[in-house]
Amino acid sequence: MPASTRPSTTPATASTPRLPDGIVVIVKDECATCHTVEPVLRQLADATTLTVYTQDDPAFPASPTPIHDADLAVSWHHRVETVPTVIRVEAGEETERTVGWDRAAWEQLTGVAGLGPDLPAMRPGCGSMSVDPDLVDELNVRFGASVLASRRIDVADAEDEIEMMFTRGWSDGLPVVPPTEARVMRMLTGTDRAPSEVVATVPPDLVDVTVEKVAIAAVMAGCLPEYLPWVLTAVEAACTNEFNMHGLLATTMPVGPVIVCSGPGTRAIGMNSGGNALGQGNRANSTIGRALQLVVRNVGGGRPGEVDRATHGTPGKIGFCFAENDVESPYGTLAVEHGIEPGVDALTLFAGEGTRCVVDQLSREPESLARSLAASLQAMHHPKLVLGFDAILVMGPEHARVFAEAGWDRDEIVAGISAHLNRPGSELVRGAGGMAEGLPEGFADAPSLPKFRPGGLMLTYAGNATGLFSEIIGGWANGDVGSKPVTRAVTY
Amino acid sequence: MGTTILDPTSERTVSERQRLARPASLEGLTVGLLDISKPRGDVFLNRLEERLVEVGATVKRYRKPTFTKPAPVDLRHEISVECQVVIEALAD
Repeated sequence: MPASTRPSTTPATASTPRLPDGIVVIVKDECATCHTVEPVLRQLADATTLTVYTQDDPAFPASPTPIHDADLAVSWHHRVETVPTVIRVEAGEETERTVGWDRAAWEQLTGVAGLGPDLPAMRPGCGSMSVDPDLVDELNVRFGASVLASRRIDVADAEDEIEMMFTRGWSDGLPVVPPTEARVMRMLTGTDRAPSEVVATVPPDLVDVTVEKVAIAAVMAGCLPEYLPWVLTAVEAACTNEFNMHGLLATTMPVGPVIVCSGPGTRAIGMNSGGNALGQGNRANSTIGRALQLVVRNVGGGRPGEVDRATHGTPGKIGFCFAENDVESPYGTLAVEHGIEPGVDALTLFAGEGTRCVVDQLSREPESLARSLAASLQAMHHPKLVLGFDAILVMGPEHARVFAEAGWDRDEIVAGISAHLNRPGSELVRGAGGMAEGLPEGFADAPSLPKFRPGGLMLTYAGNATGLFSEIIGGWANGDVGSKPVTRAVTY
Repeated sequence: MGTTILDPTSERTVSERQRLARPASLEGLTVGLLDISKPRGDVFLNRLEERLVEVGATVKRYRKPTFTKPAPVDLRHEISVECQVVIEALAD
């Protein structure tokens, strides 16, 4: 998250107060350092063209007479984060600033020697009221909300805004956080991108979605500002021809976008890659995927019963997002497999269903475990349907250790499992095994058909250290026919 | 004054268009049959083609590259300029 709580993209507008030329100092009464420098201000008033702004008490300092920045417009627009702040202004433009009391810095900036001879050389400043956590959201709206283009909707006093949003169809079935201007402005501090920037064209209505609209969805989903870059990147990845979000909505199969995150940023925002990584209880995991789905619903117009024609759906369609434990993974990350540099924050979007557990608590040899995993993977969607669907295998630490201790790397694990995922066409065609479902008759003579296309079995690593389990996330129609996994580096 | 919130939707203004009048007869008309590439859609469309030819319609056949994506713009344009009527096969 950027250090400033003000959206860095907010442009200076005509309403930005112009600073007078000369030396400008911003202070507040409730700051001990500001009191310390009072005699210095009198020295500067004598030696320079000085303007003092005070944030709280208009009577402080007693001399020189300050201008009261009562609405904090000067402080907010000029990004004052500390008091005292000293700014040199020439021809209406800031040329230099320093914060706190630092004799050498003040003398250098003002060109006046011998400042505050009785003072210590240096004293840190205090927080500016314009970045006070209790005030900043309101200030952002007061001075910066003009950058927001969305229609304002006034909720009547007697109306409950959460119920109102249910009524308007903006919810996925759970309560959403009301996207007030203050909350959306705060959300936008999570990215350097301009609110008006178009992120993607969202199906099914093929609507251009802006950073602002994504931020609104992120607020509603319950995200923190630092999650926003992940949501924006997920929206970009979802709205590609390769991922085919339109088809994912329209299909009768129980699938939605599954977001697999990796990189140091997952830890910085507190994502869960450990115990219950695929479950509830972690805010980032629970809300990033939800925000993507709210964009699809509210901006793209993709709603159940309309373009969304799922027969059953899946709980994951509320939002399905988790982090890989890339620090401890013995075989790297899915993003690296897809060409992202190690250590880069990235996410992969996969068109996937819910999870299916593979229980094998007895295999201690990689060959045995590979056979167990293969037997379970063969059954994904239907044992006789092959090559049409990809899968993500989320291996837990205890299963992964069996392979790691035997020295198997990522490719060897996939190859070792895949070696047991070949069936003769005669067993897979329609009618074989007494089951009408199966491949077209033309495959009957194929000596061996794999379950997965090359790259179609994707390893990830997450979960608690205890438990000899792995999870299968089955995919949807793969490749050009349906959806390809899309991996993107996170754009901040 | 209650809460003010921001509109989370696309804020689109949906344009409404009237449906074309239903033709009194298919005789002499060109009917497009769009196969969305689902299995056995051709079985349904083959039978429809037989019936349509019997009543004097000219039939043109079209096919989407994949059932999972909307028909490409060029295909939609082609159908719109070559046919007066179109039937889409959705079923497996």
